[in-house]
Amino acid sequence: MTDHHDHHHDDDGSTPHRHPRRPDLDDTLTYFRAMEVAVRELLIEKGILTADEVRRAVEDMDRRGPAQGARVVARAWADAGYKELLLADGGAACVAIGIDRGPYKLVVVENTDKVHNVVVCTLCSCYPRWLLGLPPDWYKSRNYRSRMVNEPRAVLSEFGTRIADDVIVRVHDSTADMRYLVLPRRPAGTEAWSEDQLAELVTRDAMVGVAFANDPSPKAGK
Amino acid sequence: MAPTESIAPGFQAGDAVMVRIAYPIGHVRTPHYIRGKPGVVERFCGIYGNPEELAYARSGQPRQPLYRVRFIQREVWPAYDGNPSDTVDVEIFQNWLEAR
Repeated sequence: MTDHHDHHHDDDGSTPHRHPRRPDLDDTLTYFRAMEVAVRELLIEKGILTADEVRRAVEDMDRRGPAQGARVVARAWADAGYKELLLADGGAACVAIGIDRGPYKLVVVENTDKVHNVVVCTLCSCYPRWLLGLPPDWYKSRNYRSRMVNEPRAVLSEFGTRIADDVIVRVHDSTADMRYLVLPRRPAGTEAWSEDQLAELVTRDAMVGVAFANDPSPKAGK
Repeated sequence: MAPTESIAPGFQAGDAVMVRIAYPIGHVRTPHYIRGKPGVVERFCGIYGNPEELAYARSGQPRQPLYRVRFIQREVWPAYDGNPSDTVDVEIFQNWLEAR
């Protein structure tokens, strides 16, 4: 290590590269980080896993995203029989279109003009990862987890999602062995759209229930 | 392998239930905010290893029936000011439920 920098960090305004000090985030070897490193190195040393297998598993996890969930939703919009299956048995509906059943039972809740569903895990961060990928940071935040269950309409409006007073809000607290997917409402004017086109309208946030599916009409957003 | 021990389901959809008020030490998946609240079983979810045992690397047996229980928000949060029909559904294991 060296203290010689090609620019310095005095806060006197005299340097062209002035920026606030900020500690690196990767320099804290917490208890669980140390345990993870120790277990991983042991598994590699004993020949049970290779470093490349670990890397590939992380890469696979990072590659999962909401596109799978969007396929499920688009199919349900396009095919009433499939929607019925999806609402009755989410895992079977995944398998029916070539998606993994997933490690948990999938409960699908349908948004209508009378009911809006939204998902939270107040205890931790339970999330249908095989359909949506890793949960966003806000989903894991204490703020979202505590407030979504207690003042959902206020939290939804902070996401820009206004729910009319006469629409029932159903919060689903994912506390145990179920995982939840919201089936958003199909935007008007998409009757002739293909499943691939429909899937483009289905965002991660719409499937968590903090937003609506994208509205493709020219009036949208006004 | 020893046979799996499971508790038989004691509730079904539509049953009126109350969440037990208890504060045991350890890993519990019944949120504090819902203890002591009245709800209605929305559906039976299946029978799963007891998380209060699994968390300590024990067998999770006897396995516990799991339910989704629906609560009226105004009965959970007295100051709730949304639609009186707004609900929160929570997954709760049978060992936390009483008939009411």
